[in-house]
This record gives sequence, C-alpha cells and structure tokens, in this order.
Amino acid sequence: MKSTLVAFISGVVFALGLGIGGMTQPAKVIGFLDFTGNWDPSLAFVMLGAIGVHSLFYRMLRNRSSSRFSLAISLPSRTEIDSRLIGGSVIFGLGWGIAGYCPGPALTSLASGNSSAVIFSVAMIAGIFAFDFRRVLSARQLRAEHFNGEITPDM
Amino acid sequence: MENFTPVASLIGGILIGLSASAMLVFNGKIAGISGIVGGLVSLRRSDTLWRVAFVAGLVTGGFILRLLAPQAFDFGIVRSGGALVLAGFMVGLGARVGNGCTSGHGVCGISRFSVRSIVATIIFILAGAAGVYFVNHLLGGVI
Repeated sequence: MKSTLVAFISGVVFALGLGIGGMTQPAKVIGFLDFTGNWDPSLAFVMLGAIGVHSLFYRMLRNRSSSRFSLAISLPSRTEIDSRLIGGSVIFGLGWGIAGYCPGPALTSLASGNSSAVIFSVAMIAGIFAFDFRRVLSARQLRAEHFNGEITPDM
Repeated sequence: MENFTPVASLIGGILIGLSASAMLVFNGKIAGISGIVGGLVSLRRSDTLWRVAFVAGLVTGGFILRLLAPQAFDFGIVRSGGALVLAGFMVGLGARVGNGCTSGHGVCGISRFSVRSIVATIIFILAGAAGVYFVNHLLGGVI
C-alpha cells in the first residue's frame, strides 16, 4: 500500500517536472534536437537537474541490499553494447525527433486532451505491445534468456 | 535561442530526479517510463499495481498542469496523423528493443554511470537530431 502511494506521488511529481521543464512541448524538444537550426539547449538543463539529484540518491543507496520499504532493489545488470541496444535507440530517437514526444511526456499530455498526444500515445503503446507480443511468441527463447539472466524488465 | 528556459528546465529536472529517487529509495524500482508501461501491456504481467499507480500519477500530474499551467501543453508544431502514428510506434517499439528511453537510460541509467545507458542516450539524441534534420531541413517542417 505504501509503495503504491509512493509510485502514484512519484508519477505526479515526474509529470510536473516534465511540464515545468518543457518536455511536454514538442516544439521545444525539437528545438533541443535541432543542432543545425535555432538550437534551444534548455532540455540539457532538465537532464542536468535530474541526473544531478538522482546520482546523489543512488550513491546513498549503493551499499544497501533492499529499499526503505524492505523491497528488493532491481537494477539492470547487463553491460554489453549489443545491436539491440543500438538499433532500438536509433528507432526510438528517430521517432522522438519526428514528433517531439518521448514516453513520459506523451502519457502526461493525455490529460491535455490534445488529439495529437492521444494519437501518438495509442501508437506508442501499440509499439510497446508489438515488442512484448513478439517475445511471447518466441517463448522458448524467452525461457532461455531468463535462464541466462539476460532479461532486465524494469528499464 | 529566444526560447531558452534554463531555470524552469533545471527545476523540472530536479523534480524528475526526486521522483526517480523516491521510486528507487522506497520501492527499489527504476522510473523508466517505457519499462513501467511495458510491464503493463506485456502478456507476462508483473507488479501491476505500482505500475498502474505510477502511470495514473503521470496523468494526474498532467491534469494539474492543465489547470495551473496549460501552456505546458503547447504543441507548437503540426504533424499529420500518419506521422504521429509512425513516430509513436517507433518510440514505443524502439524503447523496448533498446531496453529504455529518455527516463530509463537518459536519467536513471546515466545517474548510475551505466555505460549501456550513456551509449543509448548519445545514440538516441543523435538519431533524434537526424529525425529533426530530415523533417525540418529536408521536408521544410511538413510531415
């Protein structure tokens, strides 16, 4: 119950941060990615603030084996740079550049009622589902990867 | 650079960092949006409750913004339905294939000094710049 409440409040604060930081304005995101045009470096400050705060908390937590609520800390353990990481990030980045939304801002913007945000979010969820559906179809491979500890579902 | 908002963006980033930190310190979870949603729509669901709560929080935060600062949702560009569908699908699929998005890799991963996340973030910013160059400078901003 406590952890569910923390998740809800974290979601609210995350959305407020996205909105205040400018991430829910596609034109601003595109301005950040437009290095050869009228570049707007604002979103680098979003990353700076977020990484600055989070890296401090991560350092404080590093030597603990469980969370404050005695829950397991699930962090990705993979280290290899493989074609999936690179290819997925290329596809993700191109889509991000075309419409100016990444997943958090798209879901937050559902509350605005803007039809573009709704269309984007529905397509995005379809893309997420397409990936997981494919993986379910190859269940044998999935079991093998589980066995090898290659799956990091929380990122 | 007439739209430069370093202070608001820094404050927004600090809020995002605090949110991600609460998820990690209290719940032991990474606040990666695509992973959180992925765990919901997946056919092998896990930990449904906190995922639903986080996404409900995001949308609730959206409603608060809509009430207090509706300009936060200025779209500012025009994109056709087809472009939005294509881009949305690419963002969802690409984030899952690459194991993370701007939040999971760009904030949480980099904060842990994960080399995978640093590489992913550099790649999706460069790919994003390529997408913007294609649309803004080759297509004249119309897609």
